[in-house]
Order: sequence, then C-alpha cells, then structure tokens
Amino acid sequence: MKPAPFEYIAPQSLAEALDVMDQYGYDAKLLAGGQSLIPVMNFRLAQPAVIVDLNGVSELARLSANGDGGLHIGAMVRHSQLEHSPTVAAKAPLVAETMPHVAHPQIRNRGTIGGSLAHADPAAELPAIMVALQARFRLQRMGGERWVHAVDFYQALFTTALEPEEILVEIVVPPLPAHTGYAFHEVARRHGDFAQAGAAALVTLDKRGVCREARLVYLNVGNIPVQTQEAAAALVGATPTPDLIKAAAQTAAQKEIDPAGDIHASADYKRHLAAVLGQRALQQAVTRAKESWAS
Amino acid sequence: MKKQTIHVTINGTEYTKTIEPRLLLSDFLRHELGLTGTHVGCEHGVCGACTILFDGEPVRSCLMFAVQTDGHTLQTVEGLGTPDKLHPLQEAFHEAHGLQCGFCTPGVLMTLIPFLEKNSDPTETEIREAISGNLCRCTGYQHIVDAVKIAAHKNTDTN
Ligand SMILES: Cc1cc2nc3c(=O)[nH]c(=O)nc-3n(C[C@H](O)[C@H](O)[C@H](O)COP(=O)(O)OP(=O)(O)OC[C@H]3O[C@@H](n4cnc5c(N)ncnc54)[C@H](O)[C@@H]3O)c2cc1C
Ligand code: FES
Ligand code: FES
Repeated sequence: MKPAPFEYIAPQSLAEALDVMDQYGYDAKLLAGGQSLIPVMNFRLAQPAVIVDLNGVSELARLSANGDGGLHIGAMVRHSQLEHSPTVAAKAPLVAETMPHVAHPQIRNRGTIGGSLAHADPAAELPAIMVALQARFRLQRMGGERWVHAVDFYQALFTTALEPEEILVEIVVPPLPAHTGYAFHEVARRHGDFAQAGAAALVTLDKRGVCREARLVYLNVGNIPVQTQEAAAALVGATPTPDLIKAAAQTAAQKEIDPAGDIHASADYKRHLAAVLGQRALQQAVTRAKESWAS
Repeated sequence: MKKQTIHVTINGTEYTKTIEPRLLLSDFLRHELGLTGTHVGCEHGVCGACTILFDGEPVRSCLMFAVQTDGHTLQTVEGLGTPDKLHPLQEAFHEAHGLQCGFCTPGVLMTLIPFLEKNSDPTETEIREAISGNLCRCTGYQHIVDAVKIAAHKNTDTN
C-alpha cells in the first residue's frame, strides 16, 4: 500500500474534532478534501500517525451571507460549491470568477477552501484572493478561538499561523466598498494547472472616476501571497488611465516582488508575467468600477 | 493498524468489507473488489484515469481512502454499459473513435456522465474544460470532443 499506516478518526462534530486535535496535536493531520494531503501521503512525503477526517463535521460545511453584509464560509465548503453558489457570485464575485482556475472539476468536487488556505501553496489562488479581499480567518482550539487576518496568516513557504492543535473553522469575507471593480488573471500551462503567476485587483472609484482605494495581490511570485504597496498607492487619488495602470504594474513587477525561477518559469519570465497580469487585472477592475457608476 | 468495516454501494451492489484505513479507494476497487475498469495512472490526482462517481460527482479515487466511502454510493465504469449493450456515451466513443489504447477512457467517461446530465448541449470550449482534468496520450482529444458532441445530440434527439 502506498501511504504509511495511520489511525483513522472521523469526528462527527466540531467539538469532537477539537477534542481529538487537543489529544493528538502534533502527530495528527486534518483530512479535508485530501487533494493536497493524500498525494504527499501516497509518495510518503508525509506519514502522519493519525488522520482526523473532517468530512463528517457538518458545522464546517456552511456557507451564508450574514446580516453584517459579509460572506461566511465554513472551512469544509468545497471549491465546486464556491464556484456555483449564487450567494458567492453576489457577495464575492472575485471568488466565483477565480474558482474555475483552481484545478480541475474532479478536484474541485473534493477540495475545500479550508484545505487550500491551510496548505498555503504559493501557487494556489485562494490564499491570494483572501488577502486581496481582506478576509479574516477563525482559528479554533479546545477552549478557545482567535481571529487572524489573511495577510498575517501566511508566514513562510507552506507555513501559516496555525498551531498543531488548531482548526481553521471559518473564513469571513467583508463586503467591498461601493463601486469597487474586481478582476483576476493568471497564466498556467494548461487550463486547471497550477499557475505560473497570477494577479488579483480591486479598485474603488468615486463618481468623478478618481481612485479611492486600490489593491493588487500576486500569487506564485514569492513564497506567500504578495500584497503590493507602492503600485497600489500610485493609483489612489489619481484617475487611473491606461498609462498610469501600466506604470503601476511595472512598479510592482520590478520593485515589489522577488520571484524564484522554477522548471516552468524563470524569475525573469515571472517578472514579465507580473507586469502583464497586474496591468490586465487593474485595467479590468477599473473598467468594472466605472460600469458600476453607469448602471 | 486497526481495520475498519465499511458498507458501500457500488454500481447498485452493496458491499461490506473490512479494510485498513490507508487503503486507497482506487486500490480497494481494483484489488479488493476486482473492479479493474477503474485505471490507475499517477496516484497523485493529475491524470484522471481513476475518476469515478462519488454520490454522483466525479472525483479522483486515488485521492480518497476507501474508509471514507462508508455509507456512500459509488459508480464506476462497470456500472455504465455491458459489451452487448453499451451506454449511449460509450456508443458515441465507439462511433467517433474516441479512444485508442483505452487507458484514459473509464476516467473520461465517468467525468462526462454528470457533465452531460447538467449540460445537454455543451459548446466545444465547455467540453474541453470538462475533460481538462483527464490526460489522454493517444487521441489528441479531438475525437473525444467529437464523441461528446454525438452523445449530446443523441440525448437531445431522444428527449
Ligand atoms: C492535479 C491537481 C491540481 C491542482 N491544481 C490546483 C490549482 O491550480 N490551484 C490550487 O489552488 N489548488 C490546486 N490543487 C490543490 C487543491 O485545490 C486542493 O484541494 C487544496 O489545495 C487543498 O484542499 P483540500 O481540502 O483537498 O485539503 P487537504 O489535502 O485535505 O489538506 C491540505 C492541508 O491542509 C490541512 N487542513 C485541511 N483543512 C484544515 C482546516 N480546516 N484547518 C487546519 N488545517 C487544515 C491538512 O491537514 C493538510 O495539511 C490541485 C490539486 C491537484 C491534485
Ligand atoms: S491515478 Fe488518480 S488521477 Fe492519476
Ligand atoms: S486512448 Fe490511450 S490514453 Fe487515451
């Protein structure tokens, strides 16, 4: 058999899952969709002693738009649910638009938002999207919980703020300011493959077309999602013309990222992609923000 | 390691088996049940050969443990047609020459069954996206796409 032996525990409630994690902590691995964990177990790159299967914990599979206007996403909500849910399309269209880029349909039927965010693959879409949307994550352990901002959750390559006995239980995506345009663009070798680089943009315009807020976040051009500062600041207070947008994306690509090359893309090529994708994402976000005033 | 007993319905038949938790669903189907129509190519989710239906949705059977199927309903390619009476989708593959060696075919078929149920008249782009998670080393995909179009038309004609 491919994976090494392990003890299998399938809690039926969150309380039970927290209890098990409290008991086994470091020796245990949470099993969500298994779409990242099982491959590494099949190769025996991971040999956890205990597997705690979250698939029976229905409390974690909830998805709702609460009165506060935000979107509340349980950690076990599947990629395919995010892709097709009308609630997600209405409350967080950036998420809905990004989902078809996340792996293939069969993987999306199992993979979960919590698994993707906790796995922290630098090439994954959802971590960068959650940073762009300024989402907050609820981490729970037996007898306590804490909230962590997406941007603080990502610490290093495949490393997050999660402690061994903690479970990421919920993601809250706050509502966007009115008249905010959004966009996501990536380049992958084949549809559904991990991207070589990607960019998410959010731009808020006032009625004269002046930029009030801008966010530009990259994936796979560093060890964790990269939130640009200078590039985004260059747009705020200005009318984002195509030239200004191009210059901002150039700033991001030249100054704000430090990509490492891999077998699919050299560092130079990633910089090139960052400039192109940043420009496309910002441009589309601006266009959509303008359209929101017209309609 | 402690073995566990599962009850699972596959292609309409109920099975009760006692297995090790680390047994992959793909190996369970092939080695424990002899359902070798489910193929195994990469065992890390990339090739799609092992795709089956789990509660009606296509998933990678190499990325699930058999214990996780307790109480669930599965369908594999053996549940589609028989050599004498092919499923309409299998007939369409036959007609359009949608396979050569056939290694990828079970996974492709199990991906397409729910896809065609939801999209009765898919565009070429939709078809290509639907099978983007299934690698085929033989056909160049064109004949697979042709087969899907034939199958979709058969469906709409009979409806
Ligand atoms: C062929 C293939 C292509 C893929 N392509 C892409 C792609 O293009 N983009 C992309 O983003 N992803 C891609 N993926 C990964 C996929 O999106 C995974 O579903 C996802 O990364 C992990 O989610 P999961 O639910 O399967 O988590 P699992 O594999 O079950 O778990 C992943 C890790 O997170 C931990 N974990 C899970 N849930 C929690 C929780 N609630 N709290 C704390 N820790 C938790 C687990 O212990 C484990 O360490 C691909 C996967 C495959 C097999
Ligand atoms: S064997 Fe499961 S995807 Fe390749
Ligand atoms: S027919 Fe040979 S791999 Fe597809």
